[in-house]
Amino acid sequence: MRSFEVETGIVAPMDRANVDTDLIIPKQFLKAIGRSGFGAYLFDSIRYTDEGQPGQDCTGRPLNKEFPLNQSRYKNASILLARENFGCGSSREHAPWALEDFGFRCIIAPSFADIFYNNCFKNGLLPVALSSEVVDTLFQKMYAEEGFRLVIDLENEIVKSIDGATEIPFAVDSFRRKCLLEGSDEIDLTLKSKDRIREYENLKKQNYPWLFQSNTQ
Amino acid sequence: MSGQTLYDKLWMDHLVEERDDGTALIYIDRHLLHEVTSPQAFEGLRLAGRNLWRRDSNLAVPDHNVPTDLTERQGGIEGIVDATSQLQVQTLEDNCVDFNVKQIPINDERQGIVHVVGPEQGATLPGMTIVCGDSHTSTHGALGSLAHGIGTSEVEHVLATQCLVQTKMKNMRIDIFGSLQAGVTAKDVALAVIGQIGTAGGSGYAIEFAGEVVKSLSMEGRMTLCNMSIEAGARMGMIAVDSTTIDYVRGRPYAPKGELWERAVRSWKNLCSDDGAIFEREIRIDGASIEPQVTWGTSPEMVLPIAGRLPSPEEATDSTKREAIRRALEYMDLAPGTPVSDIPVDRVFIGSCTNSRIEDLRQAAQIIKGRNIAASVKQALVVPGSGIVKAQAEEEGLDKIFLAAGMEWRAPGCSMCLGMNSDTLGDGEHCASTSNRNFEGRQGFGGRTHLVSPAMAAAAAVTGYFTDVREFLRSDSI
Repeated sequence: MRSFEVETGIVAPMDRANVDTDLIIPKQFLKAIGRSGFGAYLFDSIRYTDEGQPGQDCTGRPLNKEFPLNQSRYKNASILLARENFGCGSSREHAPWALEDFGFRCIIAPSFADIFYNNCFKNGLLPVALSSEVVDTLFQKMYAEEGFRLVIDLENEIVKSIDGATEIPFAVDSFRRKCLLEGSDEIDLTLKSKDRIREYENLKKQNYPWLFQSNTQ
Repeated sequence: MSGQTLYDKLWMDHLVEERDDGTALIYIDRHLLHEVTSPQAFEGLRLAGRNLWRRDSNLAVPDHNVPTDLTERQGGIEGIVDATSQLQVQTLEDNCVDFNVKQIPINDERQGIVHVVGPEQGATLPGMTIVCGDSHTSTHGALGSLAHGIGTSEVEHVLATQCLVQTKMKNMRIDIFGSLQAGVTAKDVALAVIGQIGTAGGSGYAIEFAGEVVKSLSMEGRMTLCNMSIEAGARMGMIAVDSTTIDYVRGRPYAPKGELWERAVRSWKNLCSDDGAIFEREIRIDGASIEPQVTWGTSPEMVLPIAGRLPSPEEATDSTKREAIRRALEYMDLAPGTPVSDIPVDRVFIGSCTNSRIEDLRQAAQIIKGRNIAASVKQALVVPGSGIVKAQAEEEGLDKIFLAAGMEWRAPGCSMCLGMNSDTLGDGEHCASTSNRNFEGRQGFGGRTHLVSPAMAAAAAVTGYFTDVREFLRSDSI
């Protein structure tokens, strides 16, 4: 997994509450069997005015000019500023895949849906939860200043203004932080406990033997 | 020492290792797979040269992409017209062969929606931890299990290690006391709960549903309720084991038999919250106060009783909510103040992991029997949750009732809940749907979803508008 240390980038808005993962990446794109190439279809149903199809070349598609990610001022944004309960609904990991593939490395919102939040960390994407008041202020600053950028420092768990004058602390639990900083393979980490897993499993076979019946019917 | 909640017990019982950083390694008993969220996980195993930790914990079934049209379905995988859907279903089959995972194939009678199939086959048992790359895995909590959806990276993690790295959730109890009015179902309870606590109300919590209303629900109703926990923001919802649970599980193909069954039942009797268990949040709802529900907007929390009128943006307390109402009304092409019963219905969908079990179909059939769908309704789909449900319904003659009313009787699958197959809404169409999400475009590009119970969907099919199903029940009893 791609590691995350410090990200300095342009901030783009997703100014609505309860953004669901269907909106982030609509279902027709979930038919793919690979992990890459979803960025072209990120927010497809509100980014384009036609209905997208999987595998489609998006270069000639009609754009929704109102949509921020189609506006030049947010070009190359790597930080998405959003509202409450971002990423609710379906557990599809295609949502963080699409955000990451598009070029986002960090999402700032007052709150995130549990499954989406967890999925981000598996894909080098950092979700940062800040209070609604702070997020409001960031929205105001972003709208006021074209090219508004922020610095996201995971090691020190702070969001900084580009001049360093403002520092906003945030919290990420230490396991997720460490994995993201190091770009760790979580399966490798878990397999370090394989003897403990076997031990648990053997005890379980004695106490709950019906959970170990063959399912070859 | 205070008592433990059901969630505390399930957590402790699956705790492999606690770590200093506050995370824990949790053992997974049952891993369910389907074609959409598993291909990248199997590919990940291949790339890393890893194998399965425990083959017999896994059970796979294709459901999201499968055609429900009876003719297209007859052709099996080769017969799937959409090439990308076909490839995905074929990939599941190939992966199951390569990794020796048990798959219930597309035209096996036991095939169906993964969250219908698990409990039906007894692959879901009380006391288990159950995960699946699908957020509606919360359904299985109805059997007193700890069940939640995961992403594809975690699918791979479970395949390779049989464990997940987790942090413990907080406990929430939703006590639904009293009794329900006739015509009010588990779906209405679920929607009323979401209307009350909001779509993020359960974030960070494991929900336990309790109270007289929950105890009196059938297993099908309990599954409907737990299924929609995720729509209240909670990854998992659960219900204590009682005789209803045990009677449901008994005799199912994967359930233990003989002496093992007796032993299992003894252990399952402990699967309830202790007296004095501490819940960080408790909600109490009077069952008698719940009316038949209809969602009007683009989030499940945008829900009203059938007698309600649509809100206006000005009623909202803050600008984000105001904007959300404005946007939802615009997307749904509905005006503030419109009575719910004035919303016309273009299509009807009865199905999905929320409401496609035999009891759901019986409830819909009871309303539709002897009636016809309105001329203005373009299509009314009835999609059973599994081949077993389909066969049972046909044995009871329910298919004949639906067909006689002008509805379509289909083969099992996820179908129009998310429209990954060809069952989709047209741009701008309103649908009375028994599914779980009314998000923009969920059932088709530009489609407008209204979530309702199966009985309410059937009533809407008859009149062409949302209609209080209790009026039907009254006229039927005269």
